[in-house]
Amino acid sequence: MTDFEHLKRVATQVRRDIVRMVHARQSGHPGGSLGCADLMTLLYFDHLRIKAPEFDMNGIGEDVFFLSNGHISPVFYSVLARQGYFPVSELSSFRAIESRLQGHPTTHEGLPGVRMSSGSLGQGLSVAIGAANAKKLNGDKHLVYVLMGDGEQQEGQVWEAAMFAGSRNTDNLIALIDYNHKQIDGPVDEVMPLGDLKAKYEAFGWKVYETNGNQMEKLSEQLENCRNEAFKGFPQLILMKTEMGQGVDFMMGTHKWHGIAPNDEQLENALSQLEETLGDY
Amino acid sequence: MKFTIQNYKDTRSGFGDGLFELGQKNEKVVALCADLTGSMKMDAFAKAFPERFFQTGIAEANMMGIAAGMTIGGMIPFTGTFANFSTGRVYDQIRQSIAYSNKNVKICASHAGLTLGEDGATHQILEDIGLMRMLPGMTVVVPCDYNQTKAAVKAIAELDGPVYLRFGRPKVPNFTPEDQTFEIGKALVYREGSDVTLLATGHLVYEALQAAEQLENKGISAGVINVATIKPLDKNTILEAVEKTKCVVTAEEHQLFGGLGEAVATLLAQNTPYPMEMVAVKDQFGQSGTPQELMKLYQLDADAIVKAATKLVSRK
Repeated sequence: MTDFEHLKRVATQVRRDIVRMVHARQSGHPGGSLGCADLMTLLYFDHLRIKAPEFDMNGIGEDVFFLSNGHISPVFYSVLARQGYFPVSELSSFRAIESRLQGHPTTHEGLPGVRMSSGSLGQGLSVAIGAANAKKLNGDKHLVYVLMGDGEQQEGQVWEAAMFAGSRNTDNLIALIDYNHKQIDGPVDEVMPLGDLKAKYEAFGWKVYETNGNQMEKLSEQLENCRNEAFKGFPQLILMKTEMGQGVDFMMGTHKWHGIAPNDEQLENALSQLEETLGDY
Repeated sequence: MKFTIQNYKDTRSGFGDGLFELGQKNEKVVALCADLTGSMKMDAFAKAFPERFFQTGIAEANMMGIAAGMTIGGMIPFTGTFANFSTGRVYDQIRQSIAYSNKNVKICASHAGLTLGEDGATHQILEDIGLMRMLPGMTVVVPCDYNQTKAAVKAIAELDGPVYLRFGRPKVPNFTPEDQTFEIGKALVYREGSDVTLLATGHLVYEALQAAEQLENKGISAGVINVATIKPLDKNTILEAVEKTKCVVTAEEHQLFGGLGEAVATLLAQNTPYPMEMVAVKDQFGQSGTPQELMKLYQLDADAIVKAATKLVSRK
């Protein structure tokens, strides 16, 4: 049985890590990171069948996750460190000179847990499709996961990839979209409306589900459902409604915290809302 | 070394035949193509190994991403499309998902340069070598004929890392040994000379050999080196030859900016800055025409190399 109380405590610590990392460097993307903290904690501490803390680039015999919207690197780094891929103390080097924790995730510095560089948007779904096909060629029955942003859906490559996966029945792939309706310049619906994303992916041959990305129990159920529906001839997408800045009241309900750092006072305010459950780095 | 033309063959067929043989020997080799299977001569591979052949449709960005992803799991993906669509169209995908991520993808590009001919400048990329050699960690290979292309396909599969392999559409002299082994990073000395060194790449290597014959008749002793790997450049072989002749002509079917000529100029400037001439396209777009007409008009043939060498020797 999944211990949601424990997972929520982990997610709270992950949120503390996020705001502390971004504050320390006065640089980074807290909004989307906080919004995806529940998903990322659930994936890395419960759902994914992985060999953590062991890391092998090829990921044979385990599930593989790709972060396509690489700017939410703080949440990715936090869950990887908390899961033991690298020392938690290394989170203090986020975005610092000669760090393995680059502004956007990369394989270039050899950080365990990262299999692909991301940051320039729109590329992760293609990569995930490639990894999913490699798994099929290897006879590996594990799954491939990819998280994208909603604003990222404006990139044309996403739709090339969506067409491929739908046409070629990439059914060992589970894509997620962080549907927080916000991007740097403002609401997605103003910057460039996405229309009916569900209908669009369905038209490309995907099975699409909608769920709340900040309610772990529901999200967990949805992920399990997707695992059970894998290998049935269609790719799957979870449209995951989230709140940007979730967990820190003054960062919620606005796109303003997409890519700016809290000052000392704001950090203190944020941390007062997030219990230190696992111990700060 | 004396070369004779065995036949006239397109280098893209060297790619297709090499890929097919590689597919038979190595089950990790997979191929991806963006709706140009016939033009890329990938049919044999596609037919023999359908489970390892991925038709992506006209979606090159996605093809590059899928190729990068397939390396995760140990595959050795070969992507196939025209040089224009293999580089400029997908530069950011190559930069982030392949080069920066250090993925073992082999980017195989046909119809490079002017000699794709009648399709014209939209397809005649002359900037691809420059684009690819600027990327950290990218190996850039440009073989000179059918036999060498076929050998190069096998060699790049053995190298762990991203590679750009450039070849072309027209039938060109096939003159190098059939059973050769391609050594990545090794420039091949085809002819010794004492007055001028001709450094050529791609099918201009044969033009350079012809130019050397003509120069000999004019009393100029020209050495010819096939620079089949542009990155990493074979510094020792080049500098050794240049030390004898004290001047260099480079020849390539590419823009002067970013190509072999600039790579060699950088090398010489940092070591022994002898005079140079560059046979290359001079900041122009191409146009429709036959390959022969275009090579003549843009001055990329043996006559152009002779002219450049003659001028250069008088400058020394």
